[in-house]
Amino acid sequence: MAENWRGVWVVAYRELLRFVRDRSRLVSSFAFPLLFLVIFGAGFSQTMGALAPGVDFVQFMYPGILAMTVLTTSLFAGISVVWDREFGFLKEVLVAPMGRTGIVVGKAFGAVVVAGIQVGIMLVLAPIVGVPLDLVAIAALVPIVVILSLGLAGLGILVASFMRSQQGFQLLIQIIIFPLIFLAGVFFPVNAVPVWLEVISKLNPLTYGVDAIRQVLLGPEAAQAGLGVTVFGHTMTVVEDVLVVAALGSVLLGAAVWAFRRQE
Amino acid sequence: MIVDVRSLSRRFGKLEAVKDVSFGVAEGEVFGFLGPNGAGKTTTINMLCTLLTPTAGAATVNGFDIVRQRSDVRRSIGLVFQQPTLDEYLTAEQNLRFHGYAYGMPAAVREPRMRELLEMVELWDRRKSDVRTYSGGMKRRLEIARGLLHHPRVLFLDEPTLGLDPQTRRRIWQYLLDLREREGLTIFMTTHYMDEAEYCDRIAIIDHGGIVGLDTPRALKDLVGGDLISLRAGDTAAAVAEIQGRYGIDPQVTDDTIRFHVPDGETFLPDLVRTFGQPMESVGLDRPTLDDVFLTLTGHEIRDEEVSGYDQMLRRGRGPH
Repeated sequence: MAENWRGVWVVAYRELLRFVRDRSRLVSSFAFPLLFLVIFGAGFSQTMGALAPGVDFVQFMYPGILAMTVLTTSLFAGISVVWDREFGFLKEVLVAPMGRTGIVVGKAFGAVVVAGIQVGIMLVLAPIVGVPLDLVAIAALVPIVVILSLGLAGLGILVASFMRSQQGFQLLIQIIIFPLIFLAGVFFPVNAVPVWLEVISKLNPLTYGVDAIRQVLLGPEAAQAGLGVTVFGHTMTVVEDVLVVAALGSVLLGAAVWAFRRQE
Repeated sequence: MIVDVRSLSRRFGKLEAVKDVSFGVAEGEVFGFLGPNGAGKTTTINMLCTLLTPTAGAATVNGFDIVRQRSDVRRSIGLVFQQPTLDEYLTAEQNLRFHGYAYGMPAAVREPRMRELLEMVELWDRRKSDVRTYSGGMKRRLEIARGLLHHPRVLFLDEPTLGLDPQTRRRIWQYLLDLREREGLTIFMTTHYMDEAEYCDRIAIIDHGGIVGLDTPRALKDLVGGDLISLRAGDTAAAVAEIQGRYGIDPQVTDDTIRFHVPDGETFLPDLVRTFGQPMESVGLDRPTLDDVFLTLTGHEIRDEEVSGYDQMLRRGRGPH
């Protein structure tokens, strides 16, 4: 057990060290969400007006962009597994007296910390886009981001365990990322779209992550006003959203541990 | 025996990479695995360092079972792999510190040890540079320092000087032999460089997944038939007669050069020069190389074996084995 715990913090520490030292990754991880926010926001805000009382398009989209940042960062964290294998460092990790489970969880926690830092910086934009921010909201965001990020990092590591090249990994992750983002209610409320789109979106677990962050930032009233996720006539609460994300996240992380352990 | 291997085998599908290998390594010994690429050297090392599970047989390292007590084995060993395993985007210091954390070393032990080893491999001044700016030799030296950081009992080196220039190779061997003196370290290495195998106390010659010979380099060379003396004398016939008379050896003569084998050339030669009755023009001593030993034991040269495991499998399938 002690060997698993040591694995968690040692591996997470290195992920963080790598992130901090790699400035280009730091910059590029913001550029993408910021671009969405500015361009989509500027483009749609005028024509669409308020989606619900007191919620315009940029305010609606902003929590979704936060979730998108978490998604991208966490999924791509798996690339370090492929990277380590390609450059041999994985062997150094595997022959150390650390538990395999701990190594996987450490990789995932490294992603959580990086995603957390990014969300933290993105939150600076909240007052600019007109989303009120208080300590209660920030405190509520922490567990949501952690749970969402852990599960998605699990998915990233799971994919990475089967990939032998970074290019292959990036290609596959891009293929996974785009439908996940576009069908997660980041850019439109999932209750107000054609049925087929609604069904797919509500099957997408990220939808519940987006909804949880949105309800924390915009308040449950917005969800009740039609911007939330309604499943079989029931509008999801933050806690229910988080439970859905946590359940799926544990499965993904468990699968990642299994996939990582099975390789010799 | 600090490394004790009993009938260890590993197959990959149809390919038997290592078959029924047994040997022991004594504490403080420099033990070499000599063989061509694809002979099963790396597979054996990977099993001993717990990266690969054997399909049959057993082994202990520092008294710990390599399958059931993996963590204890890992703690007892240091590793330097054939391919670099450093994080090139971190500094030398960060790489070593990561290693210290991973092995649970307290800072009070880790930091002085880091300094000691970095100074030994002459990288202390470059400790704050990213590893990607290092040359191949510097990387290898850093890996050796890292492998030794947690005070291992056995250091495993898989082709430690592969692709390095002779000067760097010599320096790396200086560090290793020095460490053996100071820390009683046991060194287990694989190589296909013959000159490097000379540093070993004992050598196991491995070919096609099995050990074909195991002894000190000297004893192995004696298998070939001893040292070769080459002699040119003013009167060839008289010299041959004297050799036959005094030593009971029938020498070969080609182009006025007299050649014959003796078991211990280094002590034979001074004696010969001092007491030989015929005037000599020149005299030479050739010690058999491990190349000769390999050829004698396996019937083929070590160099023409640069083929893939698949080719070997095919050839073995058709061969007389």
